[in-house]
Amino acid sequence: MTPANELEAWEVFRQEKDGDPMRHGGSVMAPDAELATHYAREMFGRRQESVRLWIVRRTDIVDLADQDLLQPPLDRSYKKPGGYLMRDKLAAAREVSGQSKPKARSSRGAPST
Amino acid sequence: MTDPLALEPILGPRDRARPAFNDELPHDERFALFEAHVTGGGKVEATDWMPDEYRTAVLRFVEMHANSELMGVLPEREWLMRAPTLRRKLALTAKVQDEVGHAQLLYRVAEDLGKPREQMFDDLLDGKTKFHNVFHYPTVGWADVGMIAWLVDAAAIVAQQALRDSSYAPYARTMRKICWEESVHIMHGRDVVVTMATGSPRQRAAIQDALERWWGPLMQMHGPRSPRETDRDLHWRIKARTSEELRQEFLSIYVPRIRELGLVIPDPALAYDEAGGTWTYTEPDWEELRTVVTNHGPMSQARLALRRLARDETRWVRETILAGPRAA
Repeated sequence: MTPANELEAWEVFRQEKDGDPMRHGGSVMAPDAELATHYAREMFGRRQESVRLWIVRRTDIVDLADQDLLQPPLDRSYKKPGGYLMRDKLAAAREVSGQSKPKARSSRGAPST
Repeated sequence: MTDPLALEPILGPRDRARPAFNDELPHDERFALFEAHVTGGGKVEATDWMPDEYRTAVLRFVEMHANSELMGVLPEREWLMRAPTLRRKLALTAKVQDEVGHAQLLYRVAEDLGKPREQMFDDLLDGKTKFHNVFHYPTVGWADVGMIAWLVDAAAIVAQQALRDSSYAPYARTMRKICWEESVHIMHGRDVVVTMATGSPRQRAAIQDALERWWGPLMQMHGPRSPRETDRDLHWRIKARTSEELRQEFLSIYVPRIRELGLVIPDPALAYDEAGGTWTYTEPDWEELRTVVTNHGPMSQARLALRRLARDETRWVRETILAGPRAA
């Protein structure tokens, strides 16, 4: 008697159009990569909604969800643009320089208000 | 010299992404944290800890949904070989394929909650689990295909859109994909109905007749009113809206669209109450709903028999897949 195949979960990632990131689409159950590919194509590419699929055995995914590493409870605000709050200091600087606030540039669409 | 202000934390401490209920805690404490997380709008992933009450409730909800997608293609498939044009046949075939695909996606979500797929198929055939009332009725003509694709799918999508924000994140993500596909089905169905409504007197009569037969089941589809406070699926935020809210939204969108076609809705009591901002209607036949969903509907046994036949006839495929590599 041949050893029975086990169905296992394969995670499917899809790219909607060229240049887009690969996004998780869902999963399929299959005994091997070949059948997983057929199922993935049926479930996530049947309507031309994908230009690429990645089909990954679920157990091959390394899951890192250790919040001590990913969300350490220390202030990391100096690593983010929002960590620099200059409004009051700039107002003070304008007070000294006698200059008015520069108009927002419109190089990237509408000026920010 | 460093500006001492520059060292002051400016951003508030971020919410820690790992929910506290995942930690090893006494059950009651964990349960309380989980409940607070979910009722506060938090999401749950398949790998998160969850109390049995929640797991069971999500599984029951998703399994019923999966069953309905699977059984829902049976009334429509009866018309694949009788579609009036090639284009209609292609569209209906694609719809049937989509709905089976939805069943596959939803059974995957349910499987990850711990119930094997074969067990779900057994329970469906044994009448231990249910499928939606509307799929227990006969399709007597092509007009029914339009009615199902337009109004049954519309009533379903009203409910499904409210599930895209479900607390159970794998279900919510699946619903986003499903809603996108369903929106195509509604267009297909509406096109069928509009075509018949603007066709010959016989076609107009057929579509009016279909509306009259489907209206009762459509009004029953979302279920009887139930108080928000005692609805467990609402409490766990598996779904977001009550039966009556869904029915009201369905009526608000679709009554005008049905009347636009000159069709007459078979409920003389149906009216919009401007003052209350709600629709009033003849009380749906809840006894009929109970009868039908317990597999005593006009087509319940025939549909289950067809499902059983399909499962038996494809058994060799599943067995071949599971049999392992052929001996050399």
